[in-house]
Order: sequence, then C-alpha cells, then structure tokens
Amino acid sequence: MRVLVLAKEGEQSKAATPPTPEAMAEYQKFNGELVKAGVVVAAGRLSPSSQGRRVQFDGKKRTVIDGPFAETKELVAGYWLWQVRSMDEAIEWLKRAPYDGGTFEIREVSQHEGA
Amino acid sequence: MRSRSTRAREGAFAVATDAHRAIEAIWRIESARLIAGLARLVGDIGTAEELAQDALVAALEQWPTSGVPERPGAWLMATAKHRATDLIRRRRTLERKYEELGRDVERDQGGKDVDTAIDEDFGDDLLGLIFMACHPVLSKDARVALTLRVLGGLTTEEIARGFLVPVASIAQRIVRAKRTLTEAHIRFEVPGGPERVARLTSVLEVIYLIFNEGYAATAGEDWVRPALCEEAIRLGRILAELAPTEPEVHGLVALMEIHASRLRARVGPSGEPVLLLDQDRARWDRLLIGRGLVALERAETLGGALGPYALQAAIAACHARAATAAETDWPRIVALYDAVAELAPSPVVELNRAVAVGMAFGPAAGLDLVDALVPEPSLKAYHLLPAVRGDLLRKLGRSDEARAEFERAASLTQNVRERELLQRRAAECAAERMAG
Repeated sequence: MRVLVLAKEGEQSKAATPPTPEAMAEYQKFNGELVKAGVVVAAGRLSPSSQGRRVQFDGKKRTVIDGPFAETKELVAGYWLWQVRSMDEAIEWLKRAPYDGGTFEIREVSQHEGA
Repeated sequence: MRSRSTRAREGAFAVATDAHRAIEAIWRIESARLIAGLARLVGDIGTAEELAQDALVAALEQWPTSGVPERPGAWLMATAKHRATDLIRRRRTLERKYEELGRDVERDQGGKDVDTAIDEDFGDDLLGLIFMACHPVLSKDARVALTLRVLGGLTTEEIARGFLVPVASIAQRIVRAKRTLTEAHIRFEVPGGPERVARLTSVLEVIYLIFNEGYAATAGEDWVRPALCEEAIRLGRILAELAPTEPEVHGLVALMEIHASRLRARVGPSGEPVLLLDQDRARWDRLLIGRGLVALERAETLGGALGPYALQAAIAACHARAATAAETDWPRIVALYDAVAELAPSPVVELNRAVAVGMAFGPAAGLDLVDALVPEPSLKAYHLLPAVRGDLLRKLGRSDEARAEFERAASLTQNVRERELLQRRAAECAAERMAG
C-alpha cells in the first residue's frame, strides 16, 4: 500500500529556519535508509504558505486567496510518499525519524480513484 | 476500527495486541537484515533464520511489558547474536569450523558496540543473502519461495496464498531449499568477476518471476495479484540501491515500474482483463512511469541499453510515452524486438515481434510471421499464439477463422478471467460474421 506522510508545521508560514547541518545530516541518513529499504516513492519539501495560493469553489464561482493562511492551525510543510506493507510498518518507520518536535500524519492513498 | 475508549477498557490485552502489531511491523522491516547479518556469521540461511526467529520470540515475550526498545533492530540483532554465540559454543567441541566462527563472534561482540556492527556493511550482508537465496543450484520455485521468505519477510501462508499452492508444499520447498544449500556447501558471499554476472542473472530472474506471477496470474480467479508485484518491485528497488552500477538491475526495475503503472487500468470493473491498447491511459500511474523512465535512463547511461531487461523496458516505455494507443511508435517497437530476438531468440519473442509488425506494417505482415510460428512445438499449448492469430485474422475480416482461434486460446489458458475475455472475443467474431 502507498501512504502519504505529511509533515505538519505548527505556526503558519514564518520564513522557515534553515535546519542545522547536523539535523540535515541526520535527516539524510534516515531518508537514505528509507530509500535503501525500497520505501520512498517520492518526497518533497513545500515552500512557506506565504507563497501559496488557494482556490475556493462555490458553485460556478472561483475565488483565489493569497497566502499566508493565517487562520489555519496546521499547514503542510513537506511530504513523503511511501510504499509499505501496512500502516503499522509506516508507523514503525516514522518513529525512527530524527525529529525532536512537530507532528507527522500518515494517510493511506486510496486504491479507488476519483475525487 | 475500535475507538480509543474501547481500547482503554480492553486494558492490558489491547496493549499486548498493539505491541504485537508493532513487533510484526518491526519484524517486516528488520528480518532480512537480521537474517543476512546472522547468515554471514554462521554461514547458512537455515541456522540464521532460526536464530532470528528466536530473537523474535524473545521480543514477543519481553516487549509487551518492557516496551519496544529505542533501537529495535539493534536489540533483535544483539539477542540473536547472543544466541548464536551460545549455539556455537555448544557445537565447538564437535566442529572446528564452528570454533573459528565462535571466536569471530566473540571478537565481534567484545570489540565494538552492536549498533555499529549492524550498521556497517549491512548492505553487503543483504546482497550476500539475496545471492544465496537465489543460488542457481536451487530450482526456480525454491528460489522464489526462499527469497520471499527470507528477504520479503513473508510467512509460509502468505507465500502459499500468493502462488495458490498448499501451505505444506511451500513449507517443504523452503526446508528442502535450505538443505540443498547446506549440502552443496554454498558459501555466504557476494560473488565477483564473471561469476557475478551469472549469479545476478539468477537473482533478476527470481524477482521478475515474482512480479509476473502477480502481474498476469497464470492460474486462478484473479487476473492480477498486486501484492506480489509490490513485493517484487520493493526487492528490485532494494537491489538497485545495493548494486547501483549494474545496468540490468535498473533495466528490470524500469520494466517493473512501467508495467506496474498499468495495474489499475488493466483490470475492468468486474475484474476482467483490459488489454493494453484498450486501456484508459488516464488511469496509468504517472509516478511509476516517471520512476521507470528514470531507471531506464540509468540502465542506458551505464551502457546497458541492449540488456534483455532494458530492451523490454524500452518497449514498455514506448507505450508509456504514447498519449493514445494510436500514437504508439510501432516501428521503434519492432526495432527493439529485433534487438531482443538477436540477443535471446525465442518463439515467444517472435510472437511479440509479430504483434508489433502487425501494428506497424499491417495485419497481413503480422499474420505471415505468426503463421510461421504455428508448427513451433514449444508454443503448442501457449494460449497467446491463437489469441494473437485470432486478432490478426479478425482485422483482416476473416471472422470465422478468428473465432476458432479465440476459442482455442480460451481452452488453453488456466486463468479464469482471461478465459472469459477470450470467449467474449470469440463471441464478438461470431456477431461480426452475422452482421457482415
């Protein structure tokens, strides 16, 4: 099964503090392990929400809203797409990530298509 | 899904169940590495697997109460190594070979901390385990079962379900495979030089067999069994990381990624097969296609454009790149099949080439080639020969002959879904005859 791992950022869109070289190295080591285990299908880090846009749908009307999205409590800062054999396996992998703060969310990508 | 409060009421039992599920997941992640490290130590897969299982049992006993350790993989390895040392000590008086190994273990354990011992070179251990499980001394069936067991971490039941074979047969296959390896004195090693090529071929063959069994199930009710495809792709991706300079590994990965991109599109709403040219290409998995094309490029950059898997991947890529079936570059596919036929001539390749020729240069040209294959003994029971012939005859307006060919193809396949498809095509030919 494929899961999407979302890194949530607590506060909205302040200019991201660049990670320390040590933290970066730790992350790369962990990500390398995931790749070696055939787990990572795709990964990406998102720019701050100040550079993001939203499109709201209301019937035929479309409204474009510029970031940052102040009202949002949890914004996505980055994502991984993993190929794993169970949700439990995804949890065990994620527990090994070298983070000391923040929340990550694991969601299964549905096998069924469509909106 | 049980709610949190229900869970809380179930108390200790729920805790134990959660712990068991976590242990099972950890086992899936760690078992191959664990068995690989132990196999290097003790020299054979059977003992390595037993020691790893012992460590798993210890985890199942201890973790539900003590909690899962911070580095579960290291814990399992330390526990298993401890038992390995005991085992080797017990055997020491009997066998000098084990004595030497025992000293190695002690030195290993005494000298450096366990974590480093595991992190180091585990890649080579894993590669050694892959080469051992896929050793050519074993039959194909044995290699497949052993690989899924020790590298995939699958249970005997899961393997049996995947291949629609009784559990006892798989269990026996695995036991026999381990015995054969021991009796043939197969060493735990990463082969180099000319031997490496032959051994790697055997590994790739096993992975591709697993993939194909999932992709076009040869028997049974289901047309595809995606779990086997996923397992094969996972093994392929791991191998590509372990042996990044081997072009054919990337070729095989490319082939599997591109084929897997069509998994959703090749099954209709009621489980029936949908053939390549009839598939809704919007349902192809673009992510897998992208990964496949990158892997193919890597194989080509490494000088492997003409390897058998890279060539097949290149053919699959022609389809993947075409936005509609009509835009397929058939002349290029014919040229690629020419290269495949030169490399590894076989009647099945000729049949595929005939299909491409039929698309590139018209059904009559394709039929000429297929007709030449009819007397071929190895294709006598191959259902795709009459299926392809039927298809070409139908395009030439020879509906009666086409119907007979589809019926023959239907009688030859072991897969229920495929048989239904072929019978439907036969019926369509009959209807065309009535209409015409």
